[in-house]
Amino acid sequence: MLTYIGRRLALTIPTIFALMFLTFLAVRLVPGDPVEVRTGERGISPERLAQFRHELGLDQPVWKQFADYVSGLAQGDFGISLVTKEPVLKEFLTLFPATLELAFFATVFAVTFGIPFGVVAALRRGGILDHGLMGVALFGYSMPIFWWGLLLILFFSVQLDLTPVSGRIDLLYYFEPVTGFMTIDALISGQEGAFASALSHLVLPAVVLGTIPLAAIARMTRSSMLEVLEEDYVRTARAKGLPPLRVIGLHALRNAMIPVVTVIGLQGGTLLAGAVLTETIFAWPGVGKWLIESIFRRDYPALQGGVLLISSILVLVNLGVDIVNGVINPRVRHGR
Amino acid sequence: MSLLEIRNLCVEFETRGGAFRAVDGVSLDIDPGEIVSIVGESGSGKSVAMLAVMGLLPRTAHVTADVLRFAGRDLMRLPARERRRIVGREIAMIFQEPMSSLNPCFTVGFQIGEVLKTHLGLGRAERRARTIELLGAVGIPDAERRLSAFPHQMSGGMSQRVMIAMAIACNPKLLIADEPTTALDVTIQAQILDLLVKLQQERGMALVLITHDMGVVAETAQRVIVQYAGQQVEKATTRELFRDPHHPYSAALLAALPERATTKVLPSIPGVVPGQYDRPQGCLFAPRCAHAFALCHAKAPPPAGSELSEALCHTPLVGGVPVVPGAAA
Ligand SMILES: Nc1ncnc2c1ncn2[C@@H]1O[C@H](COP(=O)(O)OP(=O)(O)O)[C@@H](O)[C@H]1O
Ligand SMILES: [Mg+2]
Repeated sequence: MLTYIGRRLALTIPTIFALMFLTFLAVRLVPGDPVEVRTGERGISPERLAQFRHELGLDQPVWKQFADYVSGLAQGDFGISLVTKEPVLKEFLTLFPATLELAFFATVFAVTFGIPFGVVAALRRGGILDHGLMGVALFGYSMPIFWWGLLLILFFSVQLDLTPVSGRIDLLYYFEPVTGFMTIDALISGQEGAFASALSHLVLPAVVLGTIPLAAIARMTRSSMLEVLEEDYVRTARAKGLPPLRVIGLHALRNAMIPVVTVIGLQGGTLLAGAVLTETIFAWPGVGKWLIESIFRRDYPALQGGVLLISSILVLVNLGVDIVNGVINPRVRHGR
Repeated sequence: MSLLEIRNLCVEFETRGGAFRAVDGVSLDIDPGEIVSIVGESGSGKSVAMLAVMGLLPRTAHVTADVLRFAGRDLMRLPARERRRIVGREIAMIFQEPMSSLNPCFTVGFQIGEVLKTHLGLGRAERRARTIELLGAVGIPDAERRLSAFPHQMSGGMSQRVMIAMAIACNPKLLIADEPTTALDVTIQAQILDLLVKLQQERGMALVLITHDMGVVAETAQRVIVQYAGQQVEKATTRELFRDPHHPYSAALLAALPERATTKVLPSIPGVVPGQYDRPQGCLFAPRCAHAFALCHAKAPPPAGSELSEALCHTPLVGGVPVVPGAAA
């Protein structure tokens, strides 16, 4: 197992390097010089311009810029935001827990409903339940996040007044962030009602963000389960006289989960992309909303650092998926 | 009293093209401790018939039988829960493809131990000890280390041994082996067959051996039923069948044995077993039968008397010559 993890880890290093290069390149390919863009309509004297360019290292040859960028990264320097003058890494780390909390609850929602939906649909293949569940899944899969979010807000927040419209917690509560996760901090603070408030703020955004992954997981679980149910070893399990719950829930599901885990991991990308929209709709102070704002403010260092950080996290998520795959699938672990 | 009584077992599948009768009137008694072989070409409904006994057919299968009784218990009426107490414990089954019959996600030790836990309620340590014992009994060397092996780390022969260990874990009264050697190397085939016969004798269990190979029948079984296109066409002792086959199909299968060949080229039966869409009228074997005449193509034959092994034929063979039953005497 350890050699397997080591092998997978070694493979991620070149990926991270490629990411550094691509984010570096992408920002330099954006039309317009970041310095000129910042000076605006009024223009700037050539001396001031040269000085700015020197401060930002833009007068260096490109390879030198890249080398500086990488060596900066190696020291944890992801650049300084042009707008707030704060280190990008610090801003990111302050906001990231909010996104992570949202993505986590969205995944929990997607997995807890997606897997049972898929299993039930497979067991009732061709029946009303199968068609019903898969119809709902297809609907969820094709629902634009903006539209879906607004729909839920209109119904649950405006019509029924059940959930708050935006933010992470009621303004009634205040406590210093400890972990950055509102639900955990609320519990730590010990303030009555704080946890419930944090949770009620999470429900709608998590449902909105989790809908597409839920649909993807349900569909994958169904098709994988249908395939596995035809396998000889499922017949063997039944020939052993095992109860159906054990045959389905252990012998079949364990095998059916192998492709599903990969799909869950691939939802990491969907989640972060979806987080940009979801956070904007629900005024959720996470990195998605921050990235959108950086674009509008032309805060290139923030954008460059933010994108690199997010994509590195995705790479690590994929690494995690591979490790989980190795745990549940011995053939993967033994390199076949 | 017979261990397993089957009277007029029929299995129909619902398919897109309508109902398909894969097993059509099989009757069979198995006594404790005997080896009975079911022989026939691929597609004859051998597997389906035995899966029906085990209750392992998919929901699209419709099983009927006048009698389907195991050790005095009516399998047709038994609630699913009660039936699961018999299956895997008193009747066990092993399959044609040992490699894909084991679950790739679990160790050998787990998969055998699971049977012991479900049926006998054994604790962890007992399960381990008993599993090692079972692996030894099926001739797996270094049993203790094999406990933590995964199926993909084993050969086909080894996998089939594990399947056998799993099947005999609760000392079943009946073991059904569905072409247990078909997927294995020739050298391994004989070993597995020997193992099955040895275990059958040591443990006094009954063995149903499904095969398409008359050679296997000759080496192992005391009694045989010959099945063709879902129908039971002949039922005899192995000796009687090999001495004087009464159904032309049995005769043709025997003629295809290398040791019985009279020419250099092995005679094979022309044509294939009819499936769902090419069922002939009359006798199902008629299109391939060397002795068929007009009646055979028009009317399904009734079974002959037990002195002619209940051969399903208008003119069963006697000494290789077709005779009209009743008319001869
Ligand atoms: N699940 C099923 N649905 C429809 N037809 C089936 C199914 N299983 C088996 N059959 C058909 O039943 C017939 C007998 O199959 P089988 O018992 O596997 O033959 P054998 O074991 O003698 O080779 C074949 O024609 C096969 O196509
Ligand atoms: Mg078969």
